[in-house]
Amino acid sequence: MSTVVDDLATKVGAERCTVQETADKIPTIWVPREEIQSVLRFLKDEASTPYELLFDVSAIDERTRQHRVDQPDSDFTVFYHLISLSGNNDIRIKVPLSEADNRVKSVSSIYPVANWYEREAFDMFGIDFEDHPNLRRILTPPLWEGHPLRKEHPARATEMDPFTMTPEFQKAQQDALKFVPEEWGMNTDAKHTDFMFLNLGPNHPSVHGVFRIALQLDGEVIVQAVPDIGYHHRAQEKMSERQTWHTYIPYTDRVDYLGGVINNFPYVMNVENMAGMKVPERAQVIRVMLVELFRIASHLLFYGTFAQDVGQMSPVFYMFADRERLFSIIEAITGGRMHPSWFRIGGVCQDLPDGWDAMVLDFCNYLPKRLDHYEKMAMQNGILQRRTKGIGAYNTAEGLEWGITGPSLRATGSDWDLRKKRPYSMYDQFDFEIPMATNGDTYDRCRVRVDEIRESLKIIRQCAENMPSGPYKADHRLATPPAKERTMQDIETLIHHFLNVSWGPVIPPGESSTIVEARTGWNSYYSISDGGTMSYRTRIRSPSFPALQQIPVISNGFMVSDLIAIVASIDFVMADVDR
Amino acid sequence: MEFPPNIWSYVLILPIAVGMLVTALILVWWERRLLGWWQDRKGPNRVWPWAGGFGQAIADAVKLLAKDDWVPPFGDRLFFVLAPAIVAGSMLMAYVVVPWAPRESGLIITDSNIAVLWFLAMSSLAVYGVLLAGFASNNKYALLGGLRAAAQMVTYEVFMALSLMGVVILAGSFSLLDIVEDQAELWNIGPQFVGFVIFLLAGLAETHRLPFDLPEAEHELTGGFHTEYSGMKFGLIMAAEYLGLIITSAMIVLLFFGGWLLPPALQSLVPTGLASALVGLGVFAAKIIVFINFFILLRAAIPRPRYDQLMSLGWKILLPLSLVNVLGTGAWMLWTG
Repeated sequence: MSTVVDDLATKVGAERCTVQETADKIPTIWVPREEIQSVLRFLKDEASTPYELLFDVSAIDERTRQHRVDQPDSDFTVFYHLISLSGNNDIRIKVPLSEADNRVKSVSSIYPVANWYEREAFDMFGIDFEDHPNLRRILTPPLWEGHPLRKEHPARATEMDPFTMTPEFQKAQQDALKFVPEEWGMNTDAKHTDFMFLNLGPNHPSVHGVFRIALQLDGEVIVQAVPDIGYHHRAQEKMSERQTWHTYIPYTDRVDYLGGVINNFPYVMNVENMAGMKVPERAQVIRVMLVELFRIASHLLFYGTFAQDVGQMSPVFYMFADRERLFSIIEAITGGRMHPSWFRIGGVCQDLPDGWDAMVLDFCNYLPKRLDHYEKMAMQNGILQRRTKGIGAYNTAEGLEWGITGPSLRATGSDWDLRKKRPYSMYDQFDFEIPMATNGDTYDRCRVRVDEIRESLKIIRQCAENMPSGPYKADHRLATPPAKERTMQDIETLIHHFLNVSWGPVIPPGESSTIVEARTGWNSYYSISDGGTMSYRTRIRSPSFPALQQIPVISNGFMVSDLIAIVASIDFVMADVDR
Repeated sequence: MEFPPNIWSYVLILPIAVGMLVTALILVWWERRLLGWWQDRKGPNRVWPWAGGFGQAIADAVKLLAKDDWVPPFGDRLFFVLAPAIVAGSMLMAYVVVPWAPRESGLIITDSNIAVLWFLAMSSLAVYGVLLAGFASNNKYALLGGLRAAAQMVTYEVFMALSLMGVVILAGSFSLLDIVEDQAELWNIGPQFVGFVIFLLAGLAETHRLPFDLPEAEHELTGGFHTEYSGMKFGLIMAAEYLGLIITSAMIVLLFFGGWLLPPALQSLVPTGLASALVGLGVFAAKIIVFINFFILLRAAIPRPRYDQLMSLGWKILLPLSLVNVLGTGAWMLWTG
């Protein structure tokens, strides 16, 4: 791994790059901005283990940050997180920019997936990516003023003047939203053909939320599909800068509202990593069990809506009935259903209730029979197969090019499941398989997810049968909420308890990112602590965001009905895309 | 056909038209209950629990009637208003030739020597309504739905007609009374099984219900040709769908399952006179209900094929098959004289 750093140093010049220490041990190298294209090209093509996946690109507003040990001067930092699947390692490249001149070359010609990430960084920070094919706002409305993730941008309505909507303002906003095909890269005239422009969404039964796809149609054949996102943007990343490390946990639940505690997982692990906390085994296994329960809940919903989107009416009702059973278990354990916010820094909220294992095992015995039934009903149905096989296919390399991870990547024949490749939270202690498929088409994406339900059941059964005893929260001063047993006995504990509950834990300065295998791909939280009670910057990398960017590539030339099947197979929710 | 038709025909028009509309209303509720039962849920059971929740259908009808009668200002007002009437009207007209009970009972508005053709003509007219609804809405989703409807109907009408020709050859008549009476020894489902399968598929496509609901396809086209419709105009389109369901089931029973006849072995047990009419009516209704339930089951079970897949199934498989069926039946009739 360090060889890559050495190679880079020789390539760029050792005196021009800086190596930074981070809590996650990912090599982090600062390079000058004029070198970014050559560095990324080197990492992609020439490095000893090529970095196939540009995992994340975003920026940091460094202007008010206090603790910047061994880092070069920078007002705005653009970071690139790359992953090499062949070498199973990561590298993070950082580029320092000044406030006056925050231009950097776009890398979308090297990694196509960078296109939207750079647009997001432009939208949120005003970073000027040179030679970007389409540098427009992506999450905020076209006439938004300012760049929300800059520190000077207000985070709350109370920091701004009251909002008023004048007729002129309204007209300007509406005019800016007017659909002009040319602005979307669509040509209106072709020889012998009149195209039809169809606005699929943001309000449409099959786009799974407020997602808009502008379609250029020739008859019913899609000439061009251009996705448009941002309708569900809630500034989750900005909110993290105004919430304590602890009180941000419920926000993470709502990033991907089908994932429930799966979203808590990378966040709390990341904070624990920065705090240097070791989570007790029982808490780790409880977390795994809850995460897998939620994975099943999400995959069941996917299964049902997938069948529904190709026109099969009944399956979704059966799957909702199963999901209801599952939520009753989750409710018994956590007290919540879809958003239990149940993980804590250092463990989980409470110990498991009496009788939980009987409920869980009961469900493990119940579901496989139902799955056999659904297999006959949906997956083996000839019409469903004809609707989905060979539709929207891509191979592993193309998938990685567009940042596809998780089940959708495994549908192309890749075996990359983080639970196996980079076991966290004791996943290496469990016996389960990684379901794969080979064609990478719409049907296979469903196939993999359906098979994953059975594997998750295996894991849950093992959790229920081998649950370790012990505490459910780490015995650490930063674990929240802190242990209360001795609070009233000695003053030291009382002080810690008081501070940790009223202010929240103070996480030592540093940076860390943690990736988990979320329900539909890799979900990562990259947090920066400036030694305060709140995060200085939290970057949420969601798996759905790049998947939507890929839609045009895999759907052009197909029919509208196929697009619906493709969209269904991606398994996204817009809350997760827009954050 | 006698002309002018006797007074009895006029008397029957109103009860049959009203009866069919009421049946359509019942079917809306029945379908929802049945789907609920098959899908692990309740369905509408709260309004009038003593009637199994049937009050829901009436409440829905009242709601549709009471709704604001909105016509899209960007659409074509005349045809927008006309379209649902054409759809529902032509569907109702098809019932004119349906014999509900044996010939002696006179439970038929008019027996015609072109009854089968009349049914085909009326169901084709209904397509114009769908088409006009799609075009007059001036909505892109409705337009796509209308286009799909046009293509689908044109395709399926061709061999719907052809699939019936075998039956017509066997009976030697287009009159539905003659066709049913011709089945006294053997129901047509035996010799005309291929014709039955093709007619079943074509009938499904004609009524554009799932799995062949491509003109509506709410997952793709939000509402298809009736996206812009609301209130009772939508109600009429929906009623027409159920009227189509009933007439298609009725035609299947008349053409292939012996109409009001009991199975040949039992037919001799039927008494004569008024009782024969009642028994015939009951048998006919029971058979229709079986097929209606079958269509509802199909809706619950099968996904929707893609538009081009439906077309290629029609042109490449069903059309040649129905031609072969006509040819084979004709050859058989010539052979046996």
